Amino acid sequence: MMERMACFQKIAAARDGAIVVATYTSAFEWHRVDPNPLNFVSVGAMGQASSHALGLALGLPNQKIIVLDGDGSLLMNLSALATIANAAPKNLIHFVVQNGSYEANGGHPIPAQKSIDFSGLAKAAGYTRTDTFEGLNQFSAQLPELITTVGPVFATLKVEAGDAPPLNYDYGWLHSADRRREFRDAIKPLLEN
Amino acid sequence: MPDLQGPSGGAIISALKSAGVRYVAALPDITTSEGLLWPLAQDRDLHLIRLSKEDEGVSICAALGYCEKKSVLLMQQTGLMDSLNNIRAVGCDYSQPICMVVGLLGKEPDKSPKESANFGVRIIQPILDAMEIDHLLIENSEDVKALPPAIDKAYQTSRPLVALIGRSVAK
Repeated sequence: MMERMACFQKIAAARDGAIVVATYTSAFEWHRVDPNPLNFVSVGAMGQASSHALGLALGLPNQKIIVLDGDGSLLMNLSALATIANAAPKNLIHFVVQNGSYEANGGHPIPAQKSIDFSGLAKAAGYTRTDTFEGLNQFSAQLPELITTVGPVFATLKVEAGDAPPLNYDYGWLHSADRRREFRDAIKPLLEN
Repeated sequence: MPDLQGPSGGAIISALKSAGVRYVAALPDITTSEGLLWPLAQDRDLHLIRLSKEDEGVSICAALGYCEKKSVLLMQQTGLMDSLNNIRAVGCDYSQPICMVVGLLGKEPDKSPKESANFGVRIIQPILDAMEIDHLLIENSEDVKALPPAIDKAYQTSRPLVALIGRSVAK
């Protein structure tokens, strides 16, 4: 098992200008690790990060898009795996941070906590490459290749539940129009590519 | 005898293109399947994104909007109902121009949606009113003329829009 923050620090180091779509707990933690106007956190309803990422990947085909999904979030929009695989965006990397719990809602376990294989589901849906990582060294070694593989790429990051310092779930910040305005301004130069 | 001929799919496709729409996110709906979805699936000027579930399309269309790409979400009213929370979050709370074309499965061609004997049809317009979402009803090719300006307005005002298709779309 890994620590989520440690995984995020590795992704931040390898980001190289990518847009990062992050959802709920991941969004708050990601913002602490790598505050950046190319972070997109305005995913609306729970589960919708990957679908926003697909839209961005199709709208900006020359721009790398990374999505930091949660396991509870992905379960809420599991059908997106088939939709993304079918749309086949070459520029999309889909991480699911698997801690087995609804951390923002009291730490209750997700269904099939012990048995679910998200990478197996993504592989069956048709993602070009799928991996599961439980050790940070292994993840760190494979990350550069993941970033450059033709997508859609999927990777499960198995992390400890509640490994990070206490979070302030500031939903006012997350859903603020300022976040969307900052992102819209940040991607303007990318629209000409 | 009133003319109960539904709108032409070709006219709807032309209307979408004239509004600048280049992406269609869709799930099949029998009201629009033959006359609209199959033809637009063959149209090289439109990028079809086949969805597994309708609320994905709300997010995909919103994200395309950030990229200054116009899109519509094509679905049945059952999919609209299933997507209400994401439409509320992204379309209404975030004020994004989510443009939806919604086939009314089970609506009688000679009745207005609110007069339908079908509960699932009868409640749609009141729900859209409660959510303060602009909507228009398309029942024939003349009605299609209202679609491009409605899409333009949705993008100009950054508000969601629903175009209800009240009769089976003809090829």
